[in-house]
Amino acid sequence: MIRLPAFDYVAPRTVDDAVRNLADRGPDAMLVAGGTDLFPNMKRGQFEPKTLIGLRGIRELAGVSGDARAGLTIGAATTLSAVASHPDVARRYAALATAAGLVSSPQLRNAGTLGGNVCVDTRCNYYNQSYEWRKAVGFCMKKDGDICLVAPGSDRCWAVSSSDTAPVLWALGATARLAGPAGERTIPVSALYQDDGIVYLAKRPDEILTELALPPADGWDSVYLKLRRRGSFDFPVLGVAVAVRREGEIVREARVVLGAVASTPREAPAAATALVGQRLTSETITRAAEAAAGPAKPLDNTDFTHPYRKRLVRVYVARALGRLAGLHAGPAMEVIA
Amino acid sequence: MTKRFTVVGQPLPKIDAWGKVTGDTRYADDLVLPRLAFGKLLRSPHAHARITRIDTTRARALPGVYAVITGADLPRVKFGILPVSQDEEALCTEKVRMVGDAVAAVAAVNEETADRACRLIEVDYAPLPALMSIQESLAHPEVRIHEYGDGPNVHKNVALQFGDVEAAFAAADLVREDVFFYEGNTHLPMEQHAAVAHATPDGKLTLWSSTQTPHYVHRLLAKILEMPAAHIRVIAAAVGGGFGGKLDPFSHEIAACRLSQLIGRPVKIACTREEVFYIHRGRHPVLMWIKTGFTKAGDITGCHLKTWLDGGAYGSYGVASTFYTGVINPVTYKMPVYKFEGARVFTNKPPCGPKRGHGTPQPRFALEVQLDKAAEQLGLDPADMRRRILVEPFTKTANHLTVTTIGLGECIDRVVEASRWRDKAPRYAAAQAEPSKPLWQPRRRRGVGIACSSYMTGAGTAIYWNNMPHSGVVLRADRSGGVTVLCGATDIGQGSDSILAYLVAEVLGLDPKDVHVHPADTSLTPVDLGSYSSRVTLMCGHAAIQAAERLRAVVFKAVAAKLEVDAATLEARERKVGVAHDWDKAVDFARAVELGEAMHGVLAFAGSYAPPKRAGKYKGGGVGPSPCYSYSACVVELSVDEDTGEVELHDVWIAHDIGRALNPLLVEGQVEGSVYMGIGEALMEAQVFRKNVHKAPSMLEYKTPTTLETPEIHTILVETDDPEGPFGAKEAGQGPLLPVMPAIANAIYQAVGVRVDEIPITPEKVLKGLELKRQGKPARVGPDRVPLFTFKEPIVVESAFGAPAEAIAVRPFADSQT
Repeated sequence: MIRLPAFDYVAPRTVDDAVRNLADRGPDAMLVAGGTDLFPNMKRGQFEPKTLIGLRGIRELAGVSGDARAGLTIGAATTLSAVASHPDVARRYAALATAAGLVSSPQLRNAGTLGGNVCVDTRCNYYNQSYEWRKAVGFCMKKDGDICLVAPGSDRCWAVSSSDTAPVLWALGATARLAGPAGERTIPVSALYQDDGIVYLAKRPDEILTELALPPADGWDSVYLKLRRRGSFDFPVLGVAVAVRREGEIVREARVVLGAVASTPREAPAAATALVGQRLTSETITRAAEAAAGPAKPLDNTDFTHPYRKRLVRVYVARALGRLAGLHAGPAMEVIA
Repeated sequence: MTKRFTVVGQPLPKIDAWGKVTGDTRYADDLVLPRLAFGKLLRSPHAHARITRIDTTRARALPGVYAVITGADLPRVKFGILPVSQDEEALCTEKVRMVGDAVAAVAAVNEETADRACRLIEVDYAPLPALMSIQESLAHPEVRIHEYGDGPNVHKNVALQFGDVEAAFAAADLVREDVFFYEGNTHLPMEQHAAVAHATPDGKLTLWSSTQTPHYVHRLLAKILEMPAAHIRVIAAAVGGGFGGKLDPFSHEIAACRLSQLIGRPVKIACTREEVFYIHRGRHPVLMWIKTGFTKAGDITGCHLKTWLDGGAYGSYGVASTFYTGVINPVTYKMPVYKFEGARVFTNKPPCGPKRGHGTPQPRFALEVQLDKAAEQLGLDPADMRRRILVEPFTKTANHLTVTTIGLGECIDRVVEASRWRDKAPRYAAAQAEPSKPLWQPRRRRGVGIACSSYMTGAGTAIYWNNMPHSGVVLRADRSGGVTVLCGATDIGQGSDSILAYLVAEVLGLDPKDVHVHPADTSLTPVDLGSYSSRVTLMCGHAAIQAAERLRAVVFKAVAAKLEVDAATLEARERKVGVAHDWDKAVDFARAVELGEAMHGVLAFAGSYAPPKRAGKYKGGGVGPSPCYSYSACVVELSVDEDTGEVELHDVWIAHDIGRALNPLLVEGQVEGSVYMGIGEALMEAQVFRKNVHKAPSMLEYKTPTTLETPEIHTILVETDDPEGPFGAKEAGQGPLLPVMPAIANAIYQAVGVRVDEIPITPEKVLKGLELKRQGKPARVGPDRVPLFTFKEPIVVESAFGAPAEAIAVRPFADSQT
């Protein structure tokens, strides 16, 4: 079998302690909460930390507080199962409950955390492979090499943002709280990412994501749809998060954010513009869906062909909006296990 | 007269069920011996290259490393599972032929050290052009993957003709030519291959391995290691799934043996999941051209099939696989005239071999989809059309195979009825004309599809020519009343050990719990050829029954003397032996054994089985004959999403002619497992390569269904009580896989009018078909050409179609005495 390499493990009890440890140990240290993504990556040699700083023992990092009227705050180390089953999340931020509930499998959702999913490493089927495999194909710039195997002419890495919750948090207008040696700061989730497969987080390496805050839910409805081969445990190869705020039947604000079609979640502003000031009718939905695919730039480095993933943006956005409009009463797209 | 059984036919748990569910079962990787060392193979990163230098100095210098070996440390003999394809080396010496070929091996104090040492081995390669497809290999005869075979990069070229196909086509009302492609896929057993070898100072060697065929491994180890077979002992560890992937001798087994011999410690090599994808021996990618003539009524006048198999880098079972893409087809439907041409091509990919259904799912897909197309053209219901043209029982096929019982008619009737085919088929077909829903609503259309199949119950000939039993059992009765079964068969999860216990218990009137089945061990158990070709229940079953009957005869003789009755009046049941009308006097089985032992000496009896000799008298006639054939009919109901191309399965109804269900629970398990595997092949699985490397050698990215993607499976067992089967039983392990893929393809066509003539049927392909349909073009996705290739002059043999089968053939060993 593939063995997990040896590492030191530090178990801080407070965020401050964790921040200090991270600063002391520098780039050889990595954070671990659920470990559901980190440990497989360590086994395959993508991550080679000398030290892991465990976040599971920090009480202040887990749990949900607040309410839908004032906004909810979710600790970064709250498990995905806990997020998915939290009554306020499920009722008022439905897309987040759906997305958290569609990550991987039940066992991994019991271990994996919201913060871990928000920060999850970008994926690429030239990268998520063993050392021997990558050697046979030729190492890529994300690990051990210097070119991008998906786009050999490109000077950047095109690994894919593969978080289910990131596009949803973005669409919901959530903020992320970061703790670092210089103190704490809060940034919109939309500012947490950048379109680079290697440096995909705008968070500084010495910062720890501590919590995610959702704005008041009033008037907002949201839906998340996920494309993947199997409903049981695959990563997304397209995620569509749609949030609209309606007054009566008229859409006043809208956000459409696409996941897994670039190295960052991608907002589709043209789709949102097509909705604002309109009712969610068959015609407006179709128009918005047509406008949504532009920002999706999938490449051939995940499951399914990339033209297929691009093509399905339109379908998934239409279906997500159809659901928000209550136009569709058919069976759910995804079975939540 | 109806047979009466007490154990047979009962839905009993497997005898190893508790071990499996509690984790007590010890697989090869669970074995720990004192002073155990851990091994690891260094594998080639090149698809095709000459090895110009190997330097192991740095690896050997690493602390904790016991030994590093290369091909130079092994006798220079090539080997292979088939005598005609001796083309493998445990560690490549001159050339590597695929990414994943083993070139060196390390034994060390632990796996981490072995792994580090592998990375310190320096190998220089001179890359050669890599040939990654049938077309590439045929187009580049100047690049030779092997020096042997039937032509440049052609491993095997076969052609057989039974009757005049051209005349048959001339006599047809409809002649269809279709081209199909079936992508390769792999077995994906839960247990990764592992082996522990222990060479002792006396020059003997023991190997525990996750193997389906300890006997062949035993024979080949003697050859490869150049040591007497008598000094080698191969023990089959519990096997966590095989499906044909553990049927060859493998590099890790041989390297573990050699390393252990060198270091004087036991050595374990446990493969990673990625390595299992390179070991492979899975489903061949096959390109097929099939031409069939039909009458207006739907009768087949004749069929001509050409297949091109992508064999990968080595021979493995490929010669047999090549024949199997042709020879089983005539066993299902009346096919008076038949011509088959097949060619297996070497490529620089992991070698293909015998995956469940061995060579037959691909042509089955082609035939059953073509039948569906013909039925539509002829205006016939596809279920009725099939029902009309079934092979007659106890007749011969065009290619001289003997069919005994055939329950396929009942199978079709039962799935048609259970699925409400007659109601749904026309309704769904009509619904195709209904307008689409708007984009924001999932637009799904339903379809039902049907397909049938047949499969062998054990290959009629062994891998190496011999006149010995294919299966042997030694039964030893204990004074405790327990009975021990020694048999070389390996239980790979299919339940063959349980079957042995049931059959012995049935004959001796015991509870299966009283029967101890010893795992395969070449030093203890009589030879069984292995767990392949669905042969174990039938062959070991007969041997076990024979041994148990011999034991019973002696016990009866002793009890008859004691009770002063005629032995012929005795029966064995409820752990007693006695006379039915005077059961109070019946003696306990343990007591009966004591009486028997007192009279006869130690009670140990052998049973032997070899299949009837029915091979057609022509070259190649040895592939295809089987004591009897199982049959399956399958109806699939599914929905196709018109905007995503996704296929959602709702229900699968499958009826299987099992001859007799020795344990219906086990049969249902095999049928459901087959359906599940078939769904994966039909819709998802693909062993495909990019930049000459396997694209997704992991359980996450090599897509296969999970329980959540598996629909409701309605299993119907049809019993035909075959005279060739043990208590009438046929196989269940492979046949039920075969109709699933074409039934799915046919149901997709019925749902949306798209023909995907290529496996797997991915959402992309369905969507492409829908797009073609919208453009008013033929809504077909699949290959449209075949390679320019000259097959051999066919061996022309008269068709034996319809000839009555000789009275049930005499079986060797059936009557011989102990």
